[in-house]
Amino acid sequence: MSIKHAAAIVGIGDVELERGKVIGGKSVFQIQAESAKKALDEAGISKQEVDGLFTAGLWGLPGVGQFPSAVMGEYLGIQPKYSDSTQIGGSSFEAHVGHAAAAIQSGLCEVALVVYGSTQRSDEKRLPVKPPELTGQFETPFGLPNPVGGYAMAARRHMHQYGTTSEHLAEIAVATRKWAQLNPQATKRDPLTIDDVLNSQMISDPLHLLDCCLVTDGAGAIVLVSPERAKDCKTQPIWLLGQGESHSHWSIQGMPDLTSLTAAKNAAKVAFEMAGVTHDDIDVVEVYDSFTITALLTIEALGFCRPGEGGDFVANQRTAPGGGFPLNTNGGGLSHAHPGMYGIHLLIEAVRQLRGECGDRQVEDAKLALVNGTGGTLSTASVCILGRE
Amino acid sequence: MDQITKPTPIADGDSGPFWEGCQEEKLVIQKCKECDNHIFYPRYVCPNCMSDDLQWVEACGKGKVYSYTIARRAAHPSFKADVPYVVALIELKEGVRIMSNIINCDVEEVDCDMDVRVVFKDQEGMLIPKFELI
Ligand SMILES: [Zn+2]
Repeated sequence: MSIKHAAAIVGIGDVELERGKVIGGKSVFQIQAESAKKALDEAGISKQEVDGLFTAGLWGLPGVGQFPSAVMGEYLGIQPKYSDSTQIGGSSFEAHVGHAAAAIQSGLCEVALVVYGSTQRSDEKRLPVKPPELTGQFETPFGLPNPVGGYAMAARRHMHQYGTTSEHLAEIAVATRKWAQLNPQATKRDPLTIDDVLNSQMISDPLHLLDCCLVTDGAGAIVLVSPERAKDCKTQPIWLLGQGESHSHWSIQGMPDLTSLTAAKNAAKVAFEMAGVTHDDIDVVEVYDSFTITALLTIEALGFCRPGEGGDFVANQRTAPGGGFPLNTNGGGLSHAHPGMYGIHLLIEAVRQLRGECGDRQVEDAKLALVNGTGGTLSTASVCILGRE
Repeated sequence: MDQITKPTPIADGDSGPFWEGCQEEKLVIQKCKECDNHIFYPRYVCPNCMSDDLQWVEACGKGKVYSYTIARRAAHPSFKADVPYVVALIELKEGVRIMSNIINCDVEEVDCDMDVRVVFKDQEGMLIPKFELI
C-alpha cells in the first residue's frame, strides 16, 4: 500500500515578518487564519469544502492550546470529517501531509488543511523548563539547557567519533545565510563568515550562538486535495510521491546513537521506496536546521553521504547557492525564520521551488524536492518527497 | 535571587526505588529476568522484551562519558551560580545511559570516553547521583 500520488498540494500560505515578528501585533489565531485564507484562495477552494483539519501547536499552553485542531476548527468555522492533531514536534506537519494523503486516498476526506502558527517572539516566551516529573525527573535536576544541550551532546559525540569540527558546522550556517541573502523575506540577511560563527558566543559546547536557529514568530498553511479535485484548482498541483515517519526516543538520554538519526533514516527509506526515486534524482533539499548539527546529521541519515562523512560533505560551501547541493533555500531556521515548530515552512519552500516561484533563489528546473522535518531532541522525523509530476 | 531552589526529582511508581537507593548512596537500576537486559530509566516492563518480571540490582557505579556539553548559560535561574557546568550522558558498566553532571574537576578537563564514578550530592535536601573523573 502506498500513498504515492494520493494527494496534491494545491495551496500554501504564510505571513510576513518584520525583524522576526508578526506585523501589527497580530495574534496567533490571526496569522493562522491569514495563512489558511491565502492557501485556500490561491487554490480557488472555499472554506466550506475543507473536510480534513490537521494542526499542532505550542500556543495557548496550558489552556486552549491543548486541543489545537478543535480550537482552530472553531476559530475558522470548520467542522471536519477528519481531524488530526499529531504532535511530534517540528516534524508534525510532514506527518500531517502523509496522514492527509492517506485519509484522502481512503475517502475519509477530500480537502485537507494543515495549519500552524506561533507568536513566540512577540510574546517573549521561552521554552518552559520541563517539570522534574515523569521522564523529566531524570533530566531537569541536572540543568540540561533546553533544547540546545541535547543537540550539543550529539555534536560533541559526532566530533569525537568522526573528527567533525566546529568549522564544518559553521559551513552550514554560512551557506544557509547566503540563501537567506537571496530571500527578501528572510529575517537575517547580513553577510556571515566562518570566523563570525566560530567567534560568536559559546552557548553549550560545542555549539555557538550562530550554530543555533533564530527565535521568531511565523505561520503557515498547506491545502491538500484528491487528484480529482486538483484538476479544478487554480494552482499547479505539487504531488506527494513518498512519505515516511518515525521516532526513536524523546529525551536525549533515550537516543540510541547520538551520531545517527534512526528515525530519519527509517523515514527516508520508506519515502524513497514509495516515490521510486534515488538520491541523485532530488533537485532541492529542505531539512530542519534547528542547529547546524541537525542539518549535518540529517544529510547523513537521509543517505546523501555515509555516516561520519557529513563534515566533508558540507565543506567548501557545498550547500550554498551554486554549491551543487541546494539545501534550505529560503535561509532555513538559521537565517529565515524559526517559529518554534519550523517544519511547515520546509514544505512551503519546497512547493515554491517546485512551482518556480523563488526569484533570485530559484533552483533551476527543480522537479523533485525532499523535505525532512525533525522534532524533539533529534527524536522524531518525517520525510516527504514532492514532485511536479 | 539566591532563594530560587534547584529542581529536584518528583519520584513516582516507576522511580521510587531508584531515588530511595540514592538516599542510601546506592545506584540501583532494573534488570530484566527474562532477557537479562539492564534498564534505565525505571519502567513497568522491559523495553527490550516487554517482560514485567524485573528486579532491582545495585549498579557498580562506574562507567564512561558517552557525551557531554558545557552549559555556558544556566538552564534555570537556580543553576546560574554553577555556570559553566558539565551535563553528561554516562554509559554505566551495566550498559545503560544516565544523565548527570560531572563535578570536582575543571570543565575543560572532561572528554568523551573518560572513566567516571558515581558520587552522591545533596540538592535541596535530596541526594542526587553525580559523577567525577577517575
Ligand atoms: Zn527483557
